[in-house]
Amino acid sequence: MAMQIIQKKPESLTDKEFTYCPGCTHGITHRLVAEVLDELGIREKTVTVGPVGCSVFAYQFFNTDATVAAHGRAPAVATGIKRARPDLCVFTYQGDGDLAAIGTAEIMHAANRGEKITTIFINNAIYGMTGGQMAPTTLLGMKTTTTPYGRNSNNDGYPIHVSEIIKETKGVAYLARVKVNTPQDVQKAKKAIKKAFLAQLKGIGFGMVEVLSTCPTNWGLDPVAALKWLDEHMVPEYPLGVFVDKVGDEQ
Amino acid sequence: MPKVKGMIEINQERCKGCGLCISVCPTKVIEFSDSFNSKGYHPAEAKAMDKCIACSFCYHICPDVCITVYREIESA
Repeated sequence: MAMQIIQKKPESLTDKEFTYCPGCTHGITHRLVAEVLDELGIREKTVTVGPVGCSVFAYQFFNTDATVAAHGRAPAVATGIKRARPDLCVFTYQGDGDLAAIGTAEIMHAANRGEKITTIFINNAIYGMTGGQMAPTTLLGMKTTTTPYGRNSNNDGYPIHVSEIIKETKGVAYLARVKVNTPQDVQKAKKAIKKAFLAQLKGIGFGMVEVLSTCPTNWGLDPVAALKWLDEHMVPEYPLGVFVDKVGDEQ
Repeated sequence: MPKVKGMIEINQERCKGCGLCISVCPTKVIEFSDSFNSKGYHPAEAKAMDKCIACSFCYHICPDVCITVYREIESA
Protein backbone atom coordinates (compact mmCIF):
# COMPACT_ATOMS: atom_id res chain seq x y z
CA MET A 1 0.00 0.00 0.00
CA ALA A 2 1.39 3.33 -0.99
CA MET A 3 0.64 6.68 0.56
CA GLN A 4 -0.43 9.54 -1.65
CA ILE A 5 -0.33 13.20 -0.58
CA ILE A 6 -3.82 14.66 -0.75
CA GLN A 7 -3.31 17.98 1.03
CA LYS A 8 -0.13 19.95 1.48
CA LYS A 9 1.10 23.51 1.75
CA PRO A 10 0.31 25.27 -1.55
CA GLU A 11 3.08 26.46 -3.87
CA SER A 12 1.85 30.03 -3.66
CA LEU A 13 2.91 30.30 -0.01
CA THR A 14 6.53 30.83 0.93
CA ASP A 15 8.21 28.87 3.72
CA LYS A 16 8.11 31.94 5.96
CA GLU A 17 6.23 31.27 9.18
CA PHE A 18 3.12 33.38 9.66
CA THR A 19 3.53 36.19 12.17
CA TYR A 20 -0.04 35.81 13.44
CA CYS A 21 -1.04 34.81 16.96
CA PRO A 22 -1.80 31.14 17.60
CA GLY A 23 -5.26 30.25 16.30
CA CYS A 24 -5.70 33.41 14.21
CA THR A 25 -7.71 32.55 11.10
CA HIS A 26 -5.74 34.96 8.92
CA GLY A 27 -3.53 31.96 8.21
CA ILE A 28 -6.46 29.90 6.92
CA THR A 29 -7.47 32.67 4.54
CA HIS A 30 -3.88 33.05 3.34
CA ARG A 31 -3.80 29.36 2.55
CA LEU A 32 -7.13 29.50 0.70
CA VAL A 33 -5.95 32.35 -1.49
CA ALA A 34 -2.72 30.47 -2.20
CA GLU A 35 -4.63 27.30 -3.09
CA VAL A 36 -6.85 29.25 -5.49
CA LEU A 37 -3.80 30.85 -7.13
CA ASP A 38 -2.31 27.37 -7.52
CA GLU A 39 -5.50 25.89 -8.97
CA LEU A 40 -5.97 28.71 -11.45
CA GLY A 41 -2.27 28.52 -12.36
CA ILE A 42 -1.78 32.27 -12.08
CA ARG A 43 0.90 32.51 -9.40
CA GLU A 44 3.52 33.79 -11.84
CA LYS A 45 1.33 36.67 -12.97
CA THR A 46 -0.23 37.69 -9.68
CA VAL A 47 0.51 40.84 -7.72
CA THR A 48 -0.42 40.99 -4.03
CA VAL A 49 -1.24 44.38 -2.59
CA GLY A 50 -0.76 44.21 1.15
CA PRO A 51 -2.59 46.37 3.67
CA VAL A 52 -1.60 47.95 6.96
CA GLY A 53 -2.58 45.85 9.94
CA CYS A 54 -1.76 42.36 11.16
CA SER A 55 -1.47 41.15 7.57
CA VAL A 56 1.00 43.88 6.59
CA PHE A 57 3.59 41.14 6.02
CA ALA A 58 1.40 39.43 3.41
CA TYR A 59 4.16 40.16 0.88
CA GLN A 60 6.45 37.79 2.79
CA PHE A 61 3.92 34.97 2.86
CA PHE A 62 2.58 34.94 -0.70
CA ASN A 63 5.02 33.58 -3.23
CA THR A 64 3.99 36.26 -5.73
CA ASP A 65 5.08 39.76 -6.63
CA ALA A 66 3.81 42.10 -3.98
CA THR A 67 3.67 45.62 -2.69
CA VAL A 68 2.25 47.31 0.38
CA ALA A 69 -0.13 50.25 0.13
CA ALA A 70 -0.58 53.12 2.54
CA HIS A 71 -3.26 52.46 5.15
CA GLY A 72 -6.58 51.78 3.41
CA ARG A 73 -5.28 52.62 -0.07
CA ALA A 74 -4.77 49.09 -1.35
CA PRO A 75 -7.69 49.23 -3.86
CA ALA A 76 -6.27 52.48 -5.30
CA VAL A 77 -2.78 50.98 -5.66
CA ALA A 78 -4.26 47.80 -7.15
CA THR A 79 -6.23 49.91 -9.63
CA GLY A 80 -3.01 51.54 -10.79
CA ILE A 81 -1.21 48.23 -11.19
CA LYS A 82 -4.13 46.62 -13.01
CA ARG A 83 -4.56 49.53 -15.41
CA ALA A 84 -0.84 49.66 -16.21
CA ARG A 85 -0.62 45.88 -16.63
CA PRO A 86 -4.06 44.49 -17.49
CA ASP A 87 -2.49 41.10 -18.16
CA LEU A 88 -1.68 40.64 -14.46
CA CYS A 89 -3.96 39.35 -11.74
CA VAL A 90 -4.07 41.84 -8.87
CA PHE A 91 -5.58 41.25 -5.49
CA THR A 92 -5.69 43.17 -2.23
CA TYR A 93 -5.80 41.59 1.20
CA GLN A 94 -7.26 43.93 3.79
CA GLY A 95 -8.54 43.86 7.33
CA ASP A 96 -11.51 45.72 8.72
CA GLY A 97 -9.48 48.60 10.16
CA ASP A 98 -7.87 49.06 6.77
CA LEU A 99 -10.84 48.54 4.47
CA ALA A 100 -13.83 49.57 6.58
CA ALA A 101 -12.37 52.54 8.45
CA ILE A 102 -9.60 54.53 6.80
CA GLY A 103 -10.05 52.94 3.38
CA THR A 104 -13.82 53.26 2.96
CA ALA A 105 -13.54 55.74 0.10
CA GLU A 106 -11.06 53.64 -1.87
CA ILE A 107 -13.02 50.42 -1.66
CA MET A 108 -16.33 52.10 -2.47
CA HIS A 109 -15.01 53.76 -5.59
CA ALA A 110 -12.93 50.81 -6.75
CA ALA A 111 -16.08 48.69 -6.52
CA ASN A 112 -18.24 51.32 -8.18
CA ARG A 113 -15.80 51.74 -11.06
CA GLY A 114 -15.86 48.00 -11.50
CA GLU A 115 -12.09 47.72 -11.35
CA LYS A 116 -10.98 44.26 -12.44
CA ILE A 117 -9.31 43.51 -9.14
CA THR A 118 -10.05 41.11 -6.30
CA THR A 119 -10.29 42.08 -2.64
CA ILE A 120 -10.12 39.72 0.31
CA PHE A 121 -11.66 41.50 3.28
CA ILE A 122 -10.98 40.06 6.72
CA ASN A 123 -13.66 41.05 9.22
CA ASN A 124 -12.74 40.16 12.79
CA ALA A 125 -14.67 43.00 14.44
CA ILE A 126 -11.60 44.50 16.12
CA TYR A 127 -8.28 46.21 15.47
CA GLY A 128 -5.75 43.44 15.90
CA MET A 129 -2.25 44.83 15.40
CA THR A 130 -2.69 47.99 17.47
CA GLY A 131 -4.04 46.14 20.49
CA GLY A 132 -7.77 45.51 20.35
CA GLN A 133 -9.37 48.91 19.80
CA MET A 134 -12.91 49.29 18.51
CA ALA A 135 -13.21 48.88 14.75
CA PRO A 136 -16.16 50.10 12.67
CA THR A 137 -17.22 46.46 12.47
CA THR A 138 -17.17 45.90 16.26
CA LEU A 139 -20.46 44.45 17.48
CA LEU A 140 -22.79 46.37 19.77
CA GLY A 141 -21.99 45.58 23.39
CA MET A 142 -18.60 44.12 22.50
CA LYS A 143 -15.83 45.11 24.88
CA THR A 144 -12.63 46.47 23.36
CA THR A 145 -9.83 48.57 24.82
CA THR A 146 -11.53 51.75 23.60
CA THR A 147 -15.06 50.63 24.53
CA PRO A 148 -14.40 49.05 27.95
CA TYR A 149 -18.11 49.00 28.82
CA GLY A 150 -19.11 47.56 25.46
CA ARG A 151 -19.88 49.35 22.21
CA ASN A 152 -22.80 51.70 22.72
CA SER A 153 -24.67 52.93 19.65
CA ASN A 154 -25.34 56.36 21.24
CA ASN A 155 -21.68 57.08 21.50
CA ASP A 156 -19.96 54.76 19.05
CA GLY A 157 -22.49 54.22 16.28
CA TYR A 158 -23.44 50.91 14.72
CA PRO A 159 -21.40 48.09 13.15
CA ILE A 160 -20.77 48.81 9.46
CA HIS A 161 -21.92 46.24 6.94
CA VAL A 162 -19.45 46.74 4.14
CA SER A 163 -20.77 44.00 1.87
CA GLU A 164 -24.37 45.23 2.12
CA ILE A 165 -23.24 48.72 1.11
CA ILE A 166 -20.98 47.61 -1.73
CA LYS A 167 -23.50 45.20 -3.24
CA GLU A 168 -25.54 48.18 -4.46
CA THR A 169 -22.72 49.45 -6.66
CA LYS A 170 -22.96 48.52 -10.32
CA GLY A 171 -19.35 47.50 -10.89
CA VAL A 172 -19.35 44.49 -8.58
CA ALA A 173 -19.15 41.13 -10.32
CA TYR A 174 -18.83 38.87 -7.29
CA LEU A 175 -19.46 39.57 -3.63
CA ALA A 176 -19.89 37.06 -0.85
CA ARG A 177 -19.57 36.82 2.90
CA VAL A 178 -18.08 33.61 4.26
CA LYS A 179 -16.61 32.36 7.51
CA VAL A 180 -13.67 30.11 8.23
CA ASN A 181 -14.39 28.60 11.62
CA THR A 182 -15.15 25.00 10.61
CA PRO A 183 -13.50 22.73 8.01
CA GLN A 184 -16.74 22.74 5.97
CA ASP A 185 -16.98 26.52 5.96
CA VAL A 186 -13.31 26.74 5.00
CA GLN A 187 -14.05 24.75 1.86
CA LYS A 188 -17.06 26.94 1.03
CA ALA A 189 -14.90 30.01 1.56
CA LYS A 190 -12.40 28.66 -0.93
CA LYS A 191 -15.09 28.38 -3.61
CA ALA A 192 -16.11 31.99 -2.97
CA ILE A 193 -12.51 33.19 -3.19
CA LYS A 194 -12.04 31.29 -6.44
CA LYS A 195 -15.08 32.97 -7.95
CA ALA A 196 -13.87 36.39 -6.83
CA PHE A 197 -10.66 35.72 -8.77
CA LEU A 198 -12.59 34.39 -11.77
CA ALA A 199 -14.59 37.65 -11.83
CA GLN A 200 -11.30 39.40 -12.43
CA LEU A 201 -9.79 36.87 -14.83
CA LYS A 202 -12.93 36.84 -16.99
CA GLY A 203 -12.88 40.64 -17.02
CA ILE A 204 -16.38 40.98 -15.60
CA GLY A 205 -15.64 43.38 -12.79
CA PHE A 206 -14.77 43.80 -9.16
CA GLY A 207 -14.69 40.71 -6.94
CA MET A 208 -14.71 40.76 -3.16
CA VAL A 209 -15.03 38.17 -0.43
CA GLU A 210 -15.68 39.23 3.16
CA VAL A 211 -14.24 36.60 5.47
CA LEU A 212 -15.54 36.50 9.05
CA SER A 213 -12.45 35.79 11.05
CA THR A 214 -11.39 35.36 14.65
CA CYS A 215 -9.00 37.33 16.82
CA PRO A 216 -8.51 35.12 19.89
CA THR A 217 -5.89 37.40 21.45
CA ASN A 218 -7.92 40.60 21.39
CA TRP A 219 -11.27 38.93 21.97
CA GLY A 220 -9.73 37.46 25.12
CA LEU A 221 -10.70 33.90 24.23
CA ASP A 222 -8.79 30.74 23.54
CA PRO A 223 -8.60 29.76 19.84
CA VAL A 224 -11.27 27.04 20.04
CA ALA A 225 -13.69 29.24 22.02
CA ALA A 226 -13.12 32.03 19.48
CA LEU A 227 -14.39 29.79 16.67
CA LYS A 228 -17.58 29.23 18.65
CA TRP A 229 -17.91 32.92 19.54
CA LEU A 230 -17.79 33.76 15.84
CA ASP A 231 -20.77 31.50 15.19
CA GLU A 232 -22.74 32.76 18.16
CA HIS A 233 -22.15 36.50 17.89
CA MET A 234 -20.74 37.52 14.52
CA VAL A 235 -22.89 35.42 12.19
CA PRO A 236 -26.22 36.85 13.51
CA GLU A 237 -24.91 40.38 12.92
CA TYR A 238 -23.20 39.63 9.61
CA PRO A 239 -25.33 37.03 7.79
CA LEU A 240 -23.44 34.82 5.37
CA GLY A 241 -24.31 34.60 1.71
CA VAL A 242 -23.56 35.51 -1.86
CA PHE A 243 -24.72 39.05 -2.55
CA VAL A 244 -23.68 39.42 -6.18
CA ASP A 245 -22.68 36.68 -8.61
CA LYS A 246 -22.24 37.60 -12.26
CA VAL A 247 -19.57 34.92 -12.72
CA GLY A 248 -21.94 32.00 -13.09
CA ASP A 249 -20.72 28.47 -12.84
CA GLU A 250 -17.03 27.77 -12.42
CA GLN A 251 -14.78 27.15 -15.40
CA MET B 1 -12.20 -0.26 11.42
CA PRO B 2 -12.31 2.73 9.09
CA LYS B 3 -12.37 1.90 5.41
CA VAL B 4 -9.94 4.60 4.37
CA LYS B 5 -6.54 4.73 5.99
CA GLY B 6 -4.77 8.01 6.23
CA MET B 7 -1.71 9.56 7.71
CA ILE B 8 -0.82 13.10 8.67
CA GLU B 9 2.50 14.79 9.06
CA ILE B 10 2.72 17.80 11.36
CA ASN B 11 5.47 20.35 11.01
CA GLN B 12 5.97 20.76 14.73
CA GLU B 13 8.50 23.57 14.44
CA ARG B 14 5.94 25.65 12.58
CA CYS B 15 3.06 24.75 14.92
CA LYS B 16 1.93 27.34 17.48
CA GLY B 17 -0.08 24.94 19.61
CA CYS B 18 -3.44 26.63 19.04
CA GLY B 19 -5.24 23.27 19.22
CA LEU B 20 -7.72 23.92 16.40
CA CYS B 21 -6.78 20.66 14.67
CA ILE B 22 -7.37 18.79 17.92
CA SER B 23 -10.83 20.34 18.23
CA VAL B 24 -11.96 19.31 14.73
CA CYS B 25 -10.43 15.83 14.41
CA PRO B 26 -13.42 13.44 14.27
CA THR B 27 -11.43 10.38 15.34
CA LYS B 28 -9.24 12.07 17.98
CA VAL B 29 -5.95 11.31 16.31
CA ILE B 30 -4.21 14.48 17.44
CA GLU B 31 -3.15 15.58 20.90
CA PHE B 32 -0.77 18.15 22.30
CA SER B 33 2.82 16.97 22.48
CA ASP B 34 4.43 16.66 25.90
CA SER B 35 7.59 18.32 24.58
CA PHE B 36 8.20 21.89 23.45
CA ASN B 37 9.23 23.25 20.08
CA SER B 38 11.81 26.02 19.75
CA LYS B 39 9.10 28.68 19.96
CA GLY B 40 8.11 27.32 23.37
CA TYR B 41 4.72 25.90 22.38
CA HIS B 42 3.45 22.40 22.95
CA PRO B 43 2.88 21.48 19.29
CA ALA B 44 0.17 19.16 18.02
CA GLU B 45 1.20 15.54 17.69
CA ALA B 46 -0.55 12.65 15.93
CA LYS B 47 -0.63 10.13 18.76
CA ALA B 48 -3.20 7.69 17.36
CA MET B 49 -2.29 7.59 13.69
CA ASP B 50 -4.00 4.22 13.13
CA LYS B 51 -7.36 5.99 13.60
CA CYS B 52 -6.69 8.56 10.84
CA ILE B 53 -9.25 8.47 8.00
CA ALA B 54 -7.62 11.13 5.80
CA CYS B 55 -10.60 13.49 6.12
CA SER B 56 -8.25 16.53 5.95
CA PHE B 57 -10.26 18.47 8.55
CA CYS B 58 -7.05 19.26 10.43
CA TYR B 59 -5.45 20.54 7.25
CA HIS B 60 -8.43 22.78 6.50
CA ILE B 61 -8.57 24.37 9.95
CA CYS B 62 -4.80 24.67 10.62
CA PRO B 63 -4.02 28.40 10.55
CA ASP B 64 -0.30 27.85 10.13
CA VAL B 65 -0.33 25.32 7.28
CA CYS B 66 1.63 22.79 9.34
CA ILE B 67 -0.20 19.67 8.23
CA THR B 68 0.33 17.40 5.24
CA VAL B 69 -2.33 14.74 4.69
CA TYR B 70 -1.67 11.37 3.07
CA ARG B 71 -4.15 8.77 1.96
CA GLU B 72 -3.48 5.13 1.32
CA ILE B 73 -4.08 4.07 -2.27
CA GLU B 74 -4.57 0.60 -3.66
CA SER B 75 -1.34 -0.44 -5.28
CA ALA B 76 -2.03 -2.24 -8.54
